[in-house]
Parts: sequence; structure tokens; C-alpha cells
Amino acid sequence: MTALLAAIGDPDATAIVFFVGFIVIALAISYWAARRTRSTEQFYAAGHNISGFQNGLALAGDYMSAASFLGIAGLVALFGFDGLIYSIGFLVGWPIVLFLIAEPLRNLGKYTFADVVAYRLKQTPVRVAAAVGTLSVVVFYLIAQMVGAGSLITLMFGIDYWLAVVIVGAVMLTLLLLGGMIATTWVQIVKAVLLLGGAFVLAIWVLSKFNMNPLDLFSTAADQNGKKVLGPGDQIVTGSWDAVSLGIALMFGTAGLPHILMRFYTVPDAAAARTSVNWATFFIGFFYLLTFVLGFGAMTLVGQNAITGVEEGGNMAAPLLAQEVGGEPFLGFIAAVAFATILAVVSGLALSGAAALSHDLWVNVVRHGEAPQSEQLRVARIATVIMGATAIVLGIVLEGQNVAFMVGLAFAIAASANFPALLMAIFWRRFTTWGAVASILVGAVSALVLIYISPTIQEDVLGNTTSLFPLKNPALISMPLAFVTGIVVSLLTRETAAEEGYDELEERMYLGAARAPVPAEAGVARRPTAR
Amino acid sequence: MSTQNGVFEGTRREAPRRRVSASLDELASRRFKVAIVLTVAMLVVYFAFILLIAFDKELLGRTITDGLSVGILLGVVVVFATWVLTWIYVGWVNRRYEPTVRELRKQQ
Repeated sequence: MTALLAAIGDPDATAIVFFVGFIVIALAISYWAARRTRSTEQFYAAGHNISGFQNGLALAGDYMSAASFLGIAGLVALFGFDGLIYSIGFLVGWPIVLFLIAEPLRNLGKYTFADVVAYRLKQTPVRVAAAVGTLSVVVFYLIAQMVGAGSLITLMFGIDYWLAVVIVGAVMLTLLLLGGMIATTWVQIVKAVLLLGGAFVLAIWVLSKFNMNPLDLFSTAADQNGKKVLGPGDQIVTGSWDAVSLGIALMFGTAGLPHILMRFYTVPDAAAARTSVNWATFFIGFFYLLTFVLGFGAMTLVGQNAITGVEEGGNMAAPLLAQEVGGEPFLGFIAAVAFATILAVVSGLALSGAAALSHDLWVNVVRHGEAPQSEQLRVARIATVIMGATAIVLGIVLEGQNVAFMVGLAFAIAASANFPALLMAIFWRRFTTWGAVASILVGAVSALVLIYISPTIQEDVLGNTTSLFPLKNPALISMPLAFVTGIVVSLLTRETAAEEGYDELEERMYLGAARAPVPAEAGVARRPTAR
Repeated sequence: MSTQNGVFEGTRREAPRRRVSASLDELASRRFKVAIVLTVAMLVVYFAFILLIAFDKELLGRTITDGLSVGILLGVVVVFATWVLTWIYVGWVNRRYEPTVRELRKQQ
């Protein structure tokens, strides 16, 4: 075990070769993508040239973040079954995205989900509210990823925390500024293949020690650590309603995550959007089945004490397992994949935040949709720099803070602020501008306030003994509240233009934009000339 | 909105537009029905699992055979259910929905 401890944080040549190798690949992709990024269409939506299968991989990549790869493997290794609650919750959001959101989104919008909410409503108030929803999700998600990235890279490569954050931020900014969505998508695809491949090899390697039978692995885990690891305990969810609230956040949050929704614009049409969710669901499900094996594998082969000895949260379970079965070279590979994961996910997040700032706020609110293409692209890059700098600064400032709750918070805001407004804008004729604004703001604010007075912040972060609100995740209250607010306010503020606009929305939503007339001002600000 | 309606009416005659509308309404309500049924199916499967975690931990912890607990089996079942529901939807769209959409587009 001492050799094991020594190797992490003191990378050998292979780890550094893989790490530098991946950075070189990412930069090469940016350079290649830079020559293809000449319009906002390309900067935000990769020119709609990504195929359904490729986008499926990229979506899966966005989803298989460091939190799910390292985090869930670690939770399963430490708590057994309880860790699976997260992975299954993350997965079941995908069919919801497919059935309700993906195709309408592709047919109605251009770069952001606000395009769809604002399609037949008044542009300014809706876009401002949607930008608030988007930016709060993106910022909390980014903080969680950056702080996680800093500590993980520090742990794995033994460099300073601030330097780790700056490296991630700098590579991310280079990637985004040069190649926008094209570079981000291809880095995400490369990483998804590496991660799926690496996890698959690791899982097979583990199973080979248990007669290729997962049940042998699980029963060994139960013999070593007690039968309780195979059933639900009280580590992740303490109260019963906690489980339900977390379940709601995870399931509906997916359908409101801006960086996921934005990916549907990278494909040519609604059919490709559908294909991409189909593939993403397959890859993500497959990946989470692998995490069952990786988590229990780390529990038995590495041992819980060795895992918590390196890092208390269990995040090092998968890398330690890689070292245990495959030695230092495989550890180097998995460490580099973990870095790639962080880089690709923060890039997608920062890009969706930049789109909210530049496309929603600048182009459609400040400039009323009249900005020339060159200005739009310039503003998009400035917004990207703002998002990147924000990520780096917050990452450094919040060093050592407990930010684990921020992913759950981001999902809760996404499920409460973004998802209800998006759903009602698509399916409800009577939905109005003020209904949308109220729904988004009430969803975001109630999620924030409730989490502040919940045990998550009051007890886990601030160290108080009591908290006003009993649930760790607010979605059980905040999501229904956002729906009710949207419905009540819409019924109180009748908007004839929005109701009349619904016919046109419906036609475009079902039949696609191909033959439908391009709206001059709504939703789609302007359609760039062919290229 | 006004310019957009102007473009719309200016480029299309009234009669065919209404015909598309009627069949479009039918198409829309069919797709909505399928989407809702499948969404509810997913919700039922997932929340059945979550409610068991919340209210019957003991059942999920019970072992069926050596190494396999009810909880792990159901977890795998939920993963397969997401795949199956996804395939059902994609199959329905490709067989039933897309041909109608193509037909309507022609009339447009």
C-alpha cells in the first residue's frame, strides 16, 4: 500500500506523457477548428455539422464529468449501493429530454434554450430572466468543476492548486477562443471515447479477477465489508423525502442544463437530435453499469481504508483501482483521462454561459437582434473570456471550500428555473411573457434560498446544528413552485400575440425549420447567409 | 410578430394552409400523447425505485442469490428500462411519425 500512496501525486513518465499528449491533441483540435470558426453559427453550434452519433458521444462526454467518473466510483467504493442512486438519477433524465425537449428545441431555437422560451414571447424580459437561470446553473456547476479540478490535478500530478486551476482555465480559453463549439465538441468526443474505453478495459480487468462474474465481485465485497453495502444505507440520503427530492433534481435537471441543451443545435436537424439522445442514453447507461463494477472493484481490491487514506471523499478510488490492476502506466492513462474530462466539461459550460451573455443579453436585449455578424462573433469571444476568467478566479478563491453541494444545486436550479419554463413554452398555448419570467425567477430564487436554509449549507458547510428547511435538495419544493407560478401568472396576464404565435411555433416545432418561414425577429435573430 | 405573419401569409395561399393545420393538430396531439405516456412510464419506473429507497430500505437490501441484492437487480432493471423506453420512442417516430411529417411537409 505504501507504494500505492507514493505513486499518486508523484507521477511517473507515463502519466506525464499521457497528460501532455492530451493537451497537445486538444490544442491541435483547436488549431484545426479555428479555420472553420468564422461565424456565430460555427462558434456556438459547430455549423450544425455534427452527426447524430458524434453528438451522442459528445453529450455522453458532457455528462460523464469528473463528478460522475471519479465521484460516483468513489461513492460506490465507500458506501456501496448508495452511490448508485446518483448514477441512476443522472441516467433517467435522458429519456425525458428525448420525449419532451430535444426535437422541439432543435426545430425552434438557434443557439440557446432562451431562443425557444422567447420564440413567441416578448424578447427582452424573457431573455434577461433566462440568462439569470442559465448563468446561475453554469456558475455553480463551473465552481464545482474548477475546485474539483484543482484538487484532483494537485493530488494526481503533485503541482500547486492555483497552477492546476490556471492550466485548466488557460487550455479551456485557448480551445474556446480558437475553435468555439467545433473544438469543444471534438475534444469532448475524443475524451468520451478514451473514458468509455478506459473504464471498459478497467472493468474487464477487474472482472477477470472474479471469474468474469459481477456477482462474484459483489459477494466478495459483501463478505469483506458487510451485507449492507449491497442495499441502501443512510450515507447519501438521510431522510426519506431527501431521496425523492434528489431524484426530482437529477431527473428533471438534465432537461434544463444549458450546456446540454446547447448541444442539440450542433446537429443538422430534429432527426439527428433524436439519434444523438438515443446514443447518449446508451453510452451513459453503459458507463454507469461499468461504475457498478469499478466502485465495488475498488472497494474489494484497493480497500476502503486505502481509498480514504489518499482522499477522504473517495474521489481517488478509480485511479487507485487502475494502479492496482494495471500498474503505473494505466494509472497515468486514467489520470490523463480524468484531466481530459474536466477540461472538456468546463469548456462546454463556459461556452453555454458565454452564449447567454452574448447571444441572449447583448445581441437580443441590448442590440434588439440587429447586431452584424462580425460584432456578434467579437462579443461572443469577449463573453468567453469573461466566463473563463470568472471560472479561474472563483476556482482559486474557493480553494479548499466544500463545494460538493454545488452540483446538486446546479441540477436543482436547472430543474426549477429552466425546465418548467421551457416545457410550458413548447406545449402550452396560454403561456405568457410574464408567466415565463416569473416561473424562471421564482424557480431560481426558491432553489437558492431553500438550499441556503437547508442542512446542506447550514450544517455541512456552516457547521450549525439545525436548519430551517429539512431537505438537502430543494427540487421537491422549488420545481412544483416554478410550475405553479408560471401557470398562475400566465392565467392572470393574457397575451394575445403569444397565443396567436403558437400556431406558427407548433408548425415549426413539428415540421422543422426547413420549409417554414424564418421569423424576422422572434427566437431567431437573423439567419446568416449560407456559410 | 406582425412582420413574421406578413411573410407567412404573403408566401402561402389560405386554403392549403388550413389543411396542413388540421392534420398538424392531429400529428401534434398524437406525438404529445406518445411523449406523455412514455414520460409517465419513465417516472413510474424511476420513482418506484426511489420510493423503495426512501421507504423500504430493508427490501432492497435483501439478497436474492449470493452477491445479488434486490436493490442492485432493480438498479440494473431501471438502466434497461431507460434503454427500452428510448428505443420504443425512436421506433415509433421512425415508423409512424416521420412518414406523416414528410407528407405534411410536401403539402406545406
